[in-house]
Amino acid sequence: MTREDAFSQFLLRMGDNTLVLGHRVSEWCGHAPVLEEDIALANTALDLIGQTQMWLGLAGEVQGGSKTADDLAFLRDAWDFRNVLLCEVPNGDFGRTLMRQFLFDAWHSIQLGRLMKSSDERVAAIAEKASKEVAYHLERSADTVVGLGDGTEESRRRMQEALDYLWPYVGEMFQSDEVDAEMVKAGIAPDPASLREEYDALVSRILGDATLTIPESSFAHKGGRTGAMHTEHLGHLLTQMQWLQRAYPGAKW
Amino acid sequence: MSQVTTQPSIDQIWEWLDAVPDPEIPVISLVDLGIIRDVAWEGETLVVTVTPTYSGCPATSVINMDIETALRGHGIKDLKLKTQISPAWTTDWLSAKGRTKLEGFGIAPPQPAGGPEKCPHCGSKNLTKVSQFGSTPCKAHWRCQDCLEPFDYFKCI
Repeated sequence: MTREDAFSQFLLRMGDNTLVLGHRVSEWCGHAPVLEEDIALANTALDLIGQTQMWLGLAGEVQGGSKTADDLAFLRDAWDFRNVLLCEVPNGDFGRTLMRQFLFDAWHSIQLGRLMKSSDERVAAIAEKASKEVAYHLERSADTVVGLGDGTEESRRRMQEALDYLWPYVGEMFQSDEVDAEMVKAGIAPDPASLREEYDALVSRILGDATLTIPESSFAHKGGRTGAMHTEHLGHLLTQMQWLQRAYPGAKW
Repeated sequence: MSQVTTQPSIDQIWEWLDAVPDPEIPVISLVDLGIIRDVAWEGETLVVTVTPTYSGCPATSVINMDIETALRGHGIKDLKLKTQISPAWTTDWLSAKGRTKLEGFGIAPPQPAGGPEKCPHCGSKNLTKVSQFGSTPCKAHWRCQDCLEPFDYFKCI
């Protein structure tokens, strides 16, 4: 694997995470339990899609062809996506959506903090921009997880169910492969495994405040960030997200 | 034959840009908002460097269009808009004039402490946060406990 191939894969992983999660979160638009939450979710989705434009824009540039961020978002099929499975699982109820957001935001904020020191100044610049937005995402998702976890009997039960369902998707964020090894060698990105300790400390503190119990099993679903095997949910998501460009190729806003 | 230069001065261009309102918060200008990072002549081409407030802010493309419309209206023919993301935009770049105008408009200006200093309507300091996120990416939603009016707070980033 050449350095350019690895770099491009790394950028797709960053951009596909934010794209797929951004799309999922935007599915709440007009459906959230209260107006303020609806607005907050839409704002979060908007930030994530904005970050996608930067990551996938750079991926297109690194690939050296003429592909734009839009081409990469709308004209690839499921097996070409490199997001972790956590980002593509269905929203479930509001509690599960916020639990997923928290589990992702915690990783995202640590990852962006490391990427701000990337040897590639374009990566460092995107990380610097995105990390300011993600600080707000994390503050809100953590607050909500604590509020609902340490809430009523029903909200606590639902949050524990959400955590039990989502926890097996957490491990994939910390898996390393040859793409990561190449990025570490180039000083572009950290080894994902090296983020785990900080992540566990942050997540157990918040989930403790939320009176929730982290499942003991360390089993991890994987295959998203390598593209080896996505869940059946991604294809369904893409039929929605890509429909316009597939039905009317080249259509412009 | 000496070359006749018809290029408007950089100061003049800044002045023109200071008359272009932010599309979402028209009470302040793009210059007040701190998103115009540089104005320079590169030969015959005027280069305006703009930084986005939030990466997904839908106003960004409208802002670029407004800059272009305004400068073309002043007779600038050769114009290039450059997007710069680093250093990332910060609310520290809001001008003093902009902060005063925001408050007059009913939007509490950003504070380093992370919340509004006082209600932009009645001046009370008895405030409560309704939501971290408001009507645009750059604002949060607060409420005054005394006059009971909701208001926008310009988030500090």
